[in-house]
Amino acid sequence: MDIIVPIKQVPETSNVRMDPKTGTMIRAGVGTVVNPLDLYAIEAALRLKEAHGGSVTTVTMGPRSAEKALREAIAMGCDGGVLITDRAFAGSDTWVTSYTISQAIKKMGRFDLIVAGERATDGDTGQVGPGIAAWLDLPLATYVAKVEVLRADGASSERALRVERLVEEGYQVLELALPALVTVVKEVAAPRLPTLRGKKRSKAAEIPVWGSQDMDLEVSFLGLKGSPTKVVKVATPKVTRGGTILVADDEEAVSDAVEQLLGFLAERDLLPRRGRA
Amino acid sequence: MSFVWTLAEQHAGRLKEVSFELLSRGRTLADKLDTKLASLVIGDEVDDEQLQELVWRGADEVYSIQDPRLASFVCETYSNLLSHLVKTYQPSVILAAATSTGRTLMPHVAVRVHAGLTADCTELDIEEGTGNLLQTRPAIGGNIMATIKTPDHRPQMATVRPKSSRPLPQDRSRVGKVIAVPLDDWLVDERVVAKGYRSDVQDFVNLEEAEVVVAGGRGMKRAEHFGLLRALAEEFGGAVGATRDAVDRGWIGYPHQVGLSGKTISPRLYVGAGISGAIQHLAGIKTSETIVSINSDPDASLHKVADFGIVGDLFQVLEELRRRLAETSPGEQGTAGRDAGSEK
Repeated sequence: MDIIVPIKQVPETSNVRMDPKTGTMIRAGVGTVVNPLDLYAIEAALRLKEAHGGSVTTVTMGPRSAEKALREAIAMGCDGGVLITDRAFAGSDTWVTSYTISQAIKKMGRFDLIVAGERATDGDTGQVGPGIAAWLDLPLATYVAKVEVLRADGASSERALRVERLVEEGYQVLELALPALVTVVKEVAAPRLPTLRGKKRSKAAEIPVWGSQDMDLEVSFLGLKGSPTKVVKVATPKVTRGGTILVADDEEAVSDAVEQLLGFLAERDLLPRRGRA
Repeated sequence: MSFVWTLAEQHAGRLKEVSFELLSRGRTLADKLDTKLASLVIGDEVDDEQLQELVWRGADEVYSIQDPRLASFVCETYSNLLSHLVKTYQPSVILAAATSTGRTLMPHVAVRVHAGLTADCTELDIEEGTGNLLQTRPAIGGNIMATIKTPDHRPQMATVRPKSSRPLPQDRSRVGKVIAVPLDDWLVDERVVAKGYRSDVQDFVNLEEAEVVVAGGRGMKRAEHFGLLRALAEEFGGAVGATRDAVDRGWIGYPHQVGLSGKTISPRLYVGAGISGAIQHLAGIKTSETIVSINSDPDASLHKVADFGIVGDLFQVLEELRRRLAETSPGEQGTAGRDAGSEK
């Protein structure tokens, strides 16, 4: 089973500092990591490879330095990675990003499955995974908590996956014909750590770097210009709500604090209806 | 006829509350744009009374596409159908819920109809002069609010956080059309088959749709202590959430996890007990309407984002709170967790 895992490099912490004047992120001095939710995708892919053979290849779109994310994935056990990077890709929204990555995946060749993280912790949209499925016309399952291969070794038309999606009402069970795309949640698998051998291999690995000239791309679909959505304004909301804080260090104070809390909740119409006079 | 559309959501033939929340958003936008508001119901066995309720709660038109093959959400078929309807009727705006369904279907359709899409909006407005939809969403773990528009593409698509608006009251004098639209066979994608829901799951929780969430963190100390949170959640008619830490310690199952690697929630009331307020957890609760924090540590970050905080022994506080709530309850139904159709 040959698997492709699209990943993203994100700022190390979500505790990002904002420039109060410009309203933009201060990127300087902030380390980068593989999007933590992509680690679940990598792990799920590696386990499928271990069970059914094949390969796991990652792909990322970002600045030149995003190569580091691909090397981290190789250190975990992935077989290789492709970096798509070009100034022409800067400022891409999710529509454009899913287009650009889809065209890279077409160039990467035959595959059976794409496994992606549910969303990235910086952009936080969860739109690129489903977008890639739409561009490549692949059967799609999102929020996947469990993956099982049915008939992995049959003729290609008979191969399928059974997945469980964690949705509001429970675990929805879907069967998808392969090739397909799934986005996964934490429950799918606990990610492994890179091994020493993996790290050595990752240092030596050749990472192909593709720019806009290396892929079959419609120029009007690229970067900031090609993006249907435009950011109008960025604001930093106040973090603190400046609420009431009461100290309750003995029984009487607890009783008093709870009394005040109930009053506060009643004022906001948040008490159970039966609790109202 | 550039209408505003909302996508109603159903499960097992029952419309979800969020369907009506979207209509109150859509009504405001349609009035500002001086156009009509239509609600699309894709599903099976949603009865006429519920379709009528969509009109009473703000829709001018209801397109009802019902077929056994639409009973469960399967992205490909839903996307074929919605893309086809978008190309046929060319709406100006489409709003869907930021649920597992909306967040899957909308990006799929946006690619196919070449539209701009903004995820998880908490505010929507119309730009004066241009009539463009202004979509505001939290990003980077809720650290910023970004306002986004789609000037040159239609429709303008957005998913909207559940619980971020209230349904309009029912107005039974409102008149609207309910139009049945058949599902053409060519729209059905047979590569994906829905096999129902796993039935052996214990302690599953629908956190996203709960009006009240009572959550516990490391300060709860033991799995058994979550019983206290369950009892309190029950008093409110709400659900129990947990931090990643509590889930990783095996105190409660992953469906309860709130935060960056769990669920994002926006309940009317969030109560956090023994939760320090790691940034990853805060990202999942920041848009809650009211936040209450109970923690013996006065420096807990959750206290800083709380509307009401109690610094004290959480077991004493929770016990007292539960006792006081139980005292005042003669045993009627709570307000929270009522289903959409029950308010007459």
